[in-house]
Amino acid sequence: MITPPAIQVENLTLAYGNRVLLKNADFSVKKGDIFIIMGASGSGKSSLLRILTGLTKPASGKILINGTDFLNASEEQQLNIMKKCGILYQSGALFSSMTLAENIALPLQQYSTYSKEDISYLVSLKLALVGLAGFEEFYPSEISGGMKKRAGLARALALDPEILYFDEPSAGLDPVSSRLLDNLMMDINQSLGTTLVVVTHELDSIFTIAKNAIFIDATTQTISARGNPHELLKNPPNENIYKFLTRGKNHA
Amino acid sequence: MPITFQKQDSDFLLVFRGDFINFEISSALNDFIKSLPENAKIKTISFNTEKLSDWDSSFVSFLYQVLLVIKEKNLGYSLENLPDNLKHLLELSFERALIPPSAKPQQSDWLEKIGDWALRVLSALKKGMSFIDETYFSFIRLLFKKAVLRKEDFLFALDDCGPKAIGIVSLISFMVGLILAFVGALQLKTFGAQIYVASLVTIGMVRIMGAIMVGIIMAGRTGASFAATIGTMQVNEEVDALRTMGIPVSDFLVLPRISALVIAMPILTCLADFMGILGGASVGILLLDITPSEFWLYAWKAFNLTNFWVGVFHGVVFGIIISLCGCYYGINCGRNADSVGVATTKAVVSAIVWMIVITGIITVILKEFNI
Repeated sequence: MITPPAIQVENLTLAYGNRVLLKNADFSVKKGDIFIIMGASGSGKSSLLRILTGLTKPASGKILINGTDFLNASEEQQLNIMKKCGILYQSGALFSSMTLAENIALPLQQYSTYSKEDISYLVSLKLALVGLAGFEEFYPSEISGGMKKRAGLARALALDPEILYFDEPSAGLDPVSSRLLDNLMMDINQSLGTTLVVVTHELDSIFTIAKNAIFIDATTQTISARGNPHELLKNPPNENIYKFLTRGKNHA
Repeated sequence: MPITFQKQDSDFLLVFRGDFINFEISSALNDFIKSLPENAKIKTISFNTEKLSDWDSSFVSFLYQVLLVIKEKNLGYSLENLPDNLKHLLELSFERALIPPSAKPQQSDWLEKIGDWALRVLSALKKGMSFIDETYFSFIRLLFKKAVLRKEDFLFALDDCGPKAIGIVSLISFMVGLILAFVGALQLKTFGAQIYVASLVTIGMVRIMGAIMVGIIMAGRTGASFAATIGTMQVNEEVDALRTMGIPVSDFLVLPRISALVIAMPILTCLADFMGILGGASVGILLLDITPSEFWLYAWKAFNLTNFWVGVFHGVVFGIIISLCGCYYGINCGRNADSVGVATTKAVVSAIVWMIVITGIITVILKEFNI
């Protein structure tokens, strides 16, 4: 039996009113992939991520997650699919009135049958995995931006997701923290086999972590390039992707 | 049992069999701690995972806790026999760990808590006084046309405090007048003096009730909105941007709001007075068989310009209090979403408390002057 891809997008059109951001997009993300959605600011990358995570409805198209039709699924099915997905938002999106431990414990309390004590052990592990062992009782306001992202990642990992989505993970981070987060993402992918879908325009991150990528071209509102970013740089299928990957240089 | 503990000379072996999905970490950990020989010297603790099939993070959590116990007891361990990804995860859990700052200070006793509270009150008073001082100087600058006040901001605030508040102020004041008349009528009717309902409602609404009702409505509606708007600006660093541009925050954010509310409040108070009397009239005319002309005659007799101006004066003072509280808590809001809610609550509660306190003070002063 052939296992379905982690995510399969078919003929997806994304629009706000009359303003079309992406037309007839088709792509698929293999299980265990590190898949980058790249494009210029305003090209619709984050909007595409909102659709993949069920926060917004597309104008048309189909999304299959592990072979299940996500958009036409019942609310309960959608919830079951989303339980297998973790999301790291740009700011970490930690609940400010809760400690880091409470933030991470929340999905476990909601959806697992673990005892209180076991949840606290799981929380310790998740925090340790992102380098924040011992920070259980800290509030989000007491830690730095980089730590908030790590804690956000720990919360995203709480339910052992099969797919992890990242929205601009490097935004607002210094180069060292950004590299640490990249390494962490690769470690998680390697050790847990989690599929990572990352929305970013940070070239350093793209070239470091990506196995596969798509490029959303804001001028044509289409996916104008796909493949490994190193390969795309060597053999750019169009001028825009070359410019994007070389910070605006023209292709000779 | 899926885990067995085997002691071989100076080595201790944990053997895992079968699935480790959603398994109970705490009981397995207790078993491990209990089975560790107390006095016997153990050189190495190692793991046998040959018969391990499926696992999830509860299993990794267990191993992580086991390693923490081993490290705490200064024992040796070997991860050699673990599958690569499991080994990598455990190594990752101990690698690159950031060191938490020293333990957070704990308040030790009640004396320290009282001292801390007193210091906070003192600092809040200082902050409040300096805010009032800043606002006062902004007004002076406004009089000399040197304040940075945008006409658009002022008109927007005026529209929000005035025309948009008419509906809710009218409705609540009408209901208050109605209730006042109804409660009064029950008593007055027992000795045939129900006609004095008109006087009761007129004096009550015009002198103080109208102003207080408008004050409470506006504290909940507009004061809260001031605190939330400015608080959100604080979270988005817009207030910092104003400061770094050298624009006085009190000119730009406080002046338009305070001016708008001070203008709108007396007008709304007059409206509330009228609507309250109208509410009283509806009870008098419909339930107490008082004719409209009789009601208005007694109401007019009870109406007194001094009471009217006292009510309007209260309106102006309440306008100042509400806008000061809203803007003060907005500007001093923290930097997260939670603090905007806290600032809004504080703005409303403190505005209402200060309104009641100031009303008491004004009443005593007016009594001294026989007004």
